[in-house]
Amino acid sequence: MSQKTSLSVAIAGSGGAGALTVGNLILEAASASGWQGLLTRTVGPQIRGGEAAALIRLSNEPIECMPDQFELLVGIDWLNAHRFGAEIPLGPNSLVIGDPRGGDRPESFVKSGAKILDIPMKEMAKAIPDGRPNMIALGIAGRLMGIAEEMIDRLIEKQFAGKGQMAIDSSRAALKAGYAAAAGLELSHRLPPPSVKTGRRWLASGNETTALGAIRGGIRFAAAYPITPATEILEWLAPALPKVGGTLLQAEDELAAINMIIGASFGGTPSLTATSGPGLSLMIEALGLATAAEIPIVVVDVMRGGPSTGIPTKSEQADLNIAFYGLHGDAPHLVLAPQSVPDCLFTTQWATYLAETLQAPAIVLSDQFVGQTRAAIERPAEVAFIGQRARQTEFAETYKRYALVANGVSPMALPGAPGGQYTADGLTHTEQGIPTSSSGDHQAQLDKRRDKLERFAYGVHWATIEGDGDIAVITWGSLTGAVREAIGRAAGDGINATLISPRLLSPILPEQFAAAVKGKSRILIVEQTHGGQFYRYLRAHYDLPGEVRVLNRPGPLPIKPGEIHAALKNWRT
Amino acid sequence: MSVINLQQSCKPADYKSAVKPIWCPGCGDYHVLMSFTRAFAQLGLPPEQIAVISGIGCSSRIPAYTNCYGFHGVHGRSLAVGAGLKVTRPDLTVIVASGDGDGYSIGGNHFLHACRRNIDMTYVVMDNRVYGMTKGQPSPTTEPDFDTALSPGGTGVSPFHPLVIALASGANFIARCFSGEPNETADILAEAIKHPGFSFVEILSPCVTFRPDEKEWKNLIHPAPVATTNDPARAARRIMTDDGFNIGILYRGDRRPYSPEFGTQGVDLAELEREFEQ
Repeated sequence: MSQKTSLSVAIAGSGGAGALTVGNLILEAASASGWQGLLTRTVGPQIRGGEAAALIRLSNEPIECMPDQFELLVGIDWLNAHRFGAEIPLGPNSLVIGDPRGGDRPESFVKSGAKILDIPMKEMAKAIPDGRPNMIALGIAGRLMGIAEEMIDRLIEKQFAGKGQMAIDSSRAALKAGYAAAAGLELSHRLPPPSVKTGRRWLASGNETTALGAIRGGIRFAAAYPITPATEILEWLAPALPKVGGTLLQAEDELAAINMIIGASFGGTPSLTATSGPGLSLMIEALGLATAAEIPIVVVDVMRGGPSTGIPTKSEQADLNIAFYGLHGDAPHLVLAPQSVPDCLFTTQWATYLAETLQAPAIVLSDQFVGQTRAAIERPAEVAFIGQRARQTEFAETYKRYALVANGVSPMALPGAPGGQYTADGLTHTEQGIPTSSSGDHQAQLDKRRDKLERFAYGVHWATIEGDGDIAVITWGSLTGAVREAIGRAAGDGINATLISPRLLSPILPEQFAAAVKGKSRILIVEQTHGGQFYRYLRAHYDLPGEVRVLNRPGPLPIKPGEIHAALKNWRT
Repeated sequence: MSVINLQQSCKPADYKSAVKPIWCPGCGDYHVLMSFTRAFAQLGLPPEQIAVISGIGCSSRIPAYTNCYGFHGVHGRSLAVGAGLKVTRPDLTVIVASGDGDGYSIGGNHFLHACRRNIDMTYVVMDNRVYGMTKGQPSPTTEPDFDTALSPGGTGVSPFHPLVIALASGANFIARCFSGEPNETADILAEAIKHPGFSFVEILSPCVTFRPDEKEWKNLIHPAPVATTNDPARAARRIMTDDGFNIGILYRGDRRPYSPEFGTQGVDLAELEREFEQ
């Protein structure tokens, strides 16, 4: 996708100015009009009332990342807006609209070379009984983005239904005034009219689609300890699980949360918890227990800036190391990463299926960007992955819970089944589950747990592989969209690149990976970490042919498609 | 508890596995195991309907010595494992077994919240006032002057009072037992299992290896002089002022057990995604 086929707007305002309301209404109206889009929110550290900005990008095609530049910035006011300077890149093609009485325009916006325009939104709002400046801003942005006024008008009625007719009337009047004020103004380009709608359109965040994917995969129990930016997964599951015969339990801490889901899964109920880096750190010991005792569980880690408390509200990909290497002992387990808002559904569903099928814990490495971004998307296709645990219900002789079977997945007895009594154990155990310190049993069970993961046929979903160029751009997780866009642009320069983005990060799949990079002369690795964790992971486990470069940066600023495009374009051999 | 099947053969031996315990000769936990199997037999519970959940330590080895379903997890988290199991499988009888290190030190926070949450399960703590498996370090119930390699001259820190903590945190049934009285202990365990909600049974279980002084406990214990109360204030006064060797059911409350909402199975999953549709 080129910059020309999408249109992006940022709405900024101080606490209570209503910038996020404007953002939501724009996304919803654009989606109802037939466009696709993304909305990310960026907020100050305050719990309530801090400055906020809504960043929206619209297109006719699926949108999976933020743009290199915003075509429009509307500042309801400029109080503390400088904090968003780096997150709202502008250029000479951008238009900045602000209120002349809204405070000093941030220096970085002026320096960008953007065209600057004043519209007295506050004053205009005052002329309307109960009028609010953010609704004027909504009108201005709506018109400039090419959204029909009646599409927003219809949503206003819905949005303010609970606030009475007065609120609806004043918002409509302010919206109208905004549309009028933007008459005669133009952005650098227009968005092509929406293509015909081909299916039911969804508005959802990655955290919400993650939760739905979990339920579709068979999850019926969740234990919850709140943490930014993962809480929405748990809040979505709390009312949803009872509707499908499940339940959610709030735990006293993350240690309890993961041990609760281990207990529930031991009883036969597919179970999940969701957390972020600090919580994952606390859960690591129990992940080892689930590995050793062969209890399927799913742990979603919505990554944020780290280490320690880091930046709770911003994205990073730096939990790869702990997810892959964090467990003590040799502890093979599953690690997966969703690549977009709709893929959060697929990947979480697949992770649940794999965990149940392989009787192993699965870590799903989502991140703040994909988790908290709200997207207008085509309804994701339904897939057939539903957790099926191998079970044993008849017991003729002594039951061997950890029997050394060919595929390594020994059928599981569930409590209640007569004759299947065994003790699940984190101690090294015999096939029967009895604790032992014998070298033979230790080796046999380590082999079993390794082999069941390595011998499984994961199929095509292990990675997204697109194109057949001799340059490979290898990335993972939520950066996949930005890389895809960059490769599309590079094609316009005659550069033929292949996108490789593993969805399954553990176990490693040497044959599949070798086939994917076969014959590549150059490899560009793109990741959102400070230390190049993904590069080192690839180096450790796979052979990388040809010349290798790494484009990495820690959070919070997303790696933009333009930066990846430039890295490809400027790569002179 | 959930299933009582008096048709079953109800011999204590039916609840014992063939696995040989690792406990030292003379360990109080042998008697606790005996009390478990006697209580289960008394209640006529089918062994496969019982799940014995534990953490790490000498006492936490008990699940494998029963013929029930067992779970031997990580240090200190047995109550969480038990909670997840009981909430999703209310048909099972869940017994969580722990020790004073596992339950009161590393697992202390879960103890508070399990009492508060009041899920219908039975929590048995075998208290020997020492870490036995790591060879003799002080636990939260150890006296301040107990001299060890890790705490030369003693910790100087007063032990805490698990029964008072359980009461203050909302446990619905509180009892103290002595492992050397397996029949009495079995009777109390059976009562604890039958009582709805979270039942807490502290069993004084001597460690003859690292606390030979505890062999004296058999001379110190005595039955609780007054009847069981359902009044938390009275129970608190009794528990705080007794000599620590008062054996019996000290509190029996009537709080409603936690039971989460389960909807009906088989709701159309498409209904869940409707909120995403425009």
